[in-house]
Amino acid sequence: MLTNNARELLTAIVGKENVETSQASKLVYSFDATPQFQAMPDAIVSPRSASEVAQVVKWCNEQEIPVVPRGSGTNLSAGTTPLQGGIVLLMKHLDKILEIDEENLTVTAQPGVNTLELMEAVEAKGLFYPPDPSSMKISQIGGNINENSGGLRGLKYGVTRDYVLGLEVVLPNGEKIRTGGKLAKDVAGYDLTRLFVGSEGTLGIITEATLKLIPMPETKKTVLALYEDMEAAARTVSKIIASKIIPSTLEFLDQPTVKVVEDFSKIGLPTHAKAVLLIEQDGDAAVVEKDIARILSICEENQAIEVSMAASEAEAEALRTARRSALSALARLKPTTILEDATVPRSEIANMVYAINQIAEKHQVEICTFGHAGDGNLHPTCLTDARDKEEMERVEQAFEEIFTTAVALGGTITGEHGVGAMKAPYLHLKLGEAGVEAMRSIKQAFDPKNIMNPGKMFANENRKRVVVKQ
Amino acid sequence: MKTVEKQRIQQQFQEKMDYDELLNCMRCGFCLPSCPTYIESGKDEAHSPRGRIALMKAVVDGEIEPDEDVKRSLDMCLGCRACEPVCPSGVNYGHLLEQARDIIYQNQKQSLPVQAVRKAAFQGLFPHQQRMIGLTGLIGFYQRSGLRTVARKSGMMKLLPESMQLMERVLPDVPTSKSMKQRPRHLRPAVPVKKRVAFFAGCLMDTVFLPTNEATTKLLQYVGCEIVVPEAQACCGALHGHSGEKQQAKSMAKRNIAAFEAAEIDYIITNAGGCGAFLVDYSHLLKDEPEWKDRAEVFSSKIKDISSVLVELGFDKFSLSLQDEIITYQDSCHLKNVQKTFMEPRKLLSSIEGAQYVEMKDAGRCCGSAGIYNLVETEMSMQILDYKMEQTKATKAKTIVTANPGCLLQMKLGIEKEGLSDQMRAVHIVDLLLEAYENANPPA
Repeated sequence: MLTNNARELLTAIVGKENVETSQASKLVYSFDATPQFQAMPDAIVSPRSASEVAQVVKWCNEQEIPVVPRGSGTNLSAGTTPLQGGIVLLMKHLDKILEIDEENLTVTAQPGVNTLELMEAVEAKGLFYPPDPSSMKISQIGGNINENSGGLRGLKYGVTRDYVLGLEVVLPNGEKIRTGGKLAKDVAGYDLTRLFVGSEGTLGIITEATLKLIPMPETKKTVLALYEDMEAAARTVSKIIASKIIPSTLEFLDQPTVKVVEDFSKIGLPTHAKAVLLIEQDGDAAVVEKDIARILSICEENQAIEVSMAASEAEAEALRTARRSALSALARLKPTTILEDATVPRSEIANMVYAINQIAEKHQVEICTFGHAGDGNLHPTCLTDARDKEEMERVEQAFEEIFTTAVALGGTITGEHGVGAMKAPYLHLKLGEAGVEAMRSIKQAFDPKNIMNPGKMFANENRKRVVVKQ
Repeated sequence: MKTVEKQRIQQQFQEKMDYDELLNCMRCGFCLPSCPTYIESGKDEAHSPRGRIALMKAVVDGEIEPDEDVKRSLDMCLGCRACEPVCPSGVNYGHLLEQARDIIYQNQKQSLPVQAVRKAAFQGLFPHQQRMIGLTGLIGFYQRSGLRTVARKSGMMKLLPESMQLMERVLPDVPTSKSMKQRPRHLRPAVPVKKRVAFFAGCLMDTVFLPTNEATTKLLQYVGCEIVVPEAQACCGALHGHSGEKQQAKSMAKRNIAAFEAAEIDYIITNAGGCGAFLVDYSHLLKDEPEWKDRAEVFSSKIKDISSVLVELGFDKFSLSLQDEIITYQDSCHLKNVQKTFMEPRKLLSSIEGAQYVEMKDAGRCCGSAGIYNLVETEMSMQILDYKMEQTKATKAKTIVTANPGCLLQMKLGIEKEGLSDQMRAVHIVDLLLEAYENANPPA
């Protein structure tokens, strides 16, 4: 509970209408898009400027009150759940695009700008901001940077990290710093920009970002390939990459996923196929033409039962939108949907798909798989019911095995969703104890009082559960 | 709210709310960009579908009490259901909202004046078509007798809240009592019969908007429909259902099902998006009443909006024309989000020669009318309307076309509010289609 005094102080900084403490407000900011995680904050504070952010954070640091920055709350790792109470810091007022620099090909924006709005604003000037997380219609740039979001175009264009050139950050002590800039080259000191990207709000509050833009590709083509078995689809993925073609999108969906997505989108997806690949290539017309022709024949050589090309951009966009709804659409089937994003080197994709199926069978749990096959980032999604404790135990075991397998194949426990609270207990699998310690000491240096998004990234105990409530 | 009321509400939430449906929301937030109150409140989760569902669930789980803030969050919802078609998990938000509101309104003691108004409207007026005619007659007397002139000139109107003043100005000149009473019950087309339909006249549409109902049956005749208008039909009950008066809504539903099931017909035609959606929902409303469930399903399956049947019977191929002007269309939320009818009106409007159809930005976003929302949540409603008018003006349209009486009044109000009544008009789609038909095919 916030004391009256504390409330008054916050009100003095951000204004009365920007401090919420009703139980209804606290409840609606007690969760994000991650199942099984919920905790009430003490207040919700919405600063109107970077200097108000600094004042709030400085005060919280003095009082040792946790601060949890939040965009639209669409993350999938319980990254914005206020596990230890404190203040949820909303970026809704910091929602301006400050500049689109057509000479340096950059956009500078505040953290609360909606991802899709930013994309559309730069596209209107013939420029391209590629990172496209599935929540881009809802998410904010600040959230994307903090989570280092990926998306459908990650394979060819990389992820958010590859587009952040500079940041303005408020540190826990209230100091404002600037990292990087509109520079293609900059080796002045440690690369703090990269450190803050994907830091999940555990080091500071991002109050402004300068992002790299690239020229808009000339054309784009979209292909849908259907398969009788999942491994033939996975083989196609490896074969395309091995043929030195890097498609802009190479997505994989298994049959149950296709079925629910079709249930929702009703665009005529092929529900009879065991697996579907959604493949796109963009660029100069001649190159796209050549690559697509090659991709079509690779699909056929690898036992695709049907290959078709989207007739129009509208049809292609419908396919992409449908794919982006996959996770939420799976929620139709069971009360609880638990999603993971184990990632392997792309050459191992067929092995990983096979392993996931084996693990699901072994533990008798229902796992649907879809994901960014082209960059090795899969989303095995478990359909379950949180009320069934016995089944939840098996889900837990299955996921642990999936993580271990991914790491053994040279992969990671999370490709694009972040560690948050959900995967904190598994961070050591990827980094080793020494690796976790190295990160812990960075955290300690920036945030000695541990007020920034506490309970994330680092597990408090050695063994905490992913999906089973404490 | 009193503690005992909160306890009762909480207990009924636990007994009556559909917990599986609450769990079906996986909180992805895909609904957020579609929610007008989330947007207009400056992205406040408490005014979003995801937030409201979380609040309902937390009340059931006993994590929070159903206090005034929870009620406020639910009251602020327009009930436009724009969150439903965009929800990949397929959460039936509208049903959850209706149930939650019903529990709150049935258990919280209202202030005496609110109680009186609710009782008069929900029990005394809407269920009784004769009284609707009577009241409309009174409005007609007010409009025609010179009283209106006196009221406006004397400054008396200033005593009313601003939204009511505007409402008074935009209310159409209502028909005479005589014309409202002499309604035809059976109409045949001059062309060979293609479909036999029953017309759901609606309480407001058959009084205040009588000419629109007449235009509707004319259009139906032109495309070859034989029409019956069952006399025993009543108000659809949508206003009741959306305002926490579920019991009353159920009794009207039963009356309508009984009134229409005798007729041998292909479709039941509606021309009000809000009514149509509620009629479609009868099967859900009566799902727990075994003797009504199947009958309700048959009834619901026959509901069709006028624009949908007109497209089916090829009205867009008829010769239709208007003077050179730009027209734009404001979706009726329930026609679009519940009845999934949104291409048909656009197809019809685009087929009018001479008129240029321009789609406005966010045409599918609610106009803020939402039943009685614009009267009880005026501030939010007007904020939503202001956004809507900006989009409308950007199209440079002379005519804003609507498909529901509430939207029609709200858009008229928007035009009045912007001071554009000399250059812009709002019409119901059937009125414009009839105008375009008669313009191209002048009556001999």
